[in-house]
Amino acid sequence: MHLAYPAVLSALLFCTGLYGVLARRNAILVLMSVELMLNAVNLNLVAFDVWLSRTAEETLHSGQALTLFTIAIAAAEIGIGLAIVLAVHRNRGTADIDKLRDTSERHDPDGTDHDARTAEQSDEAQKAEATA
Amino acid sequence: MTLAATAAHLATGPATGAAAGPHGFLSPTGVEIAFLLVGLVTFGAALVTVTTRQLVHAALWLVVTLGGLAVEYLLLTAEFIAWVQVLIYVGSVVVLLLFGLMLTRAPIGRSPDADSGNRWAALTVAVAAAAALVWVVVDAFRTTWIDLDGPAAGSTEATGASLFQNWVLPFEALSVLLLAALVGAIVLSRKAKADTATPAGQDTGRDTEGAR
Repeated sequence: MHLAYPAVLSALLFCTGLYGVLARRNAILVLMSVELMLNAVNLNLVAFDVWLSRTAEETLHSGQALTLFTIAIAAAEIGIGLAIVLAVHRNRGTADIDKLRDTSERHDPDGTDHDARTAEQSDEAQKAEATA
Repeated sequence: MTLAATAAHLATGPATGAAAGPHGFLSPTGVEIAFLLVGLVTFGAALVTVTTRQLVHAALWLVVTLGGLAVEYLLLTAEFIAWVQVLIYVGSVVVLLLFGLMLTRAPIGRSPDADSGNRWAALTVAVAAAAALVWVVVDAFRTTWIDLDGPAAGSTEATGASLFQNWVLPFEALSVLLLAALVGAIVLSRKAKADTATPAGQDTGRDTEGAR
């Protein structure tokens, strides 16, 4: 098989994921697009590992080992990411990343107000946890 | 005379270029045809995943994409990676994503605001990146040939031997990372409701943490 086929497919998948990350508005759809990008990298790693294990006679199988590590790290990432998205949804009532503008340069009054309020809440939560 | 010579040179040029490697693109093998067809399905499903306006459908098209990638791994003789892909991605990651969609009360039907306003900028960036990457990759690996005959390069035996001979330390570090991610996810989803939770709820949370 030509190495160009998996390489081109992984490049196209990566750019599809890039478009999704940039254009999507829901945080969970952004996470899906990140998964697409990680999978494109995995396909690249596997293809180059299969090629090198034949032509260069290397027996380290670094591509496949790194693919397994990437899959495990992606699983951890999706767990943490979903926990963060759920926490944000619980606090703000939305998972829309266009509305989470508390750290943006433009200052709108209700945004800073909301930010201060949530900071206060998290302080209280920390105090409650410390006393418990 | 010279025109005919250049024409003949042009006619033989691609042929000699393809003959530089022993295999041409115009006579694909069966594996290549299968790879191409599955690749088209995978890429189409990925495009639908990032463009559909129905959030749950995006997750289901993601299943098609990840399954197609597992088939591609099988065609590249990396069978262990293929089954790991099916187990972890299709089995757990997509289920987690669906849970996330339902817990954030995603609308079931079409949601008109699934795409943000900078869609055209994103499209420009993605198309430019795709053009550059495909050009570079094709230019670099036009004549490179993967030899798929012989014993499989990614059988479970080969992968396991290399993983536990050469990659033991990263493997163990990865298990610590997974544990940290697990504890982190528990803490993140527990802290948000700490102000309303009863002490009993906190105790049970701590008990499950201790049990793990």
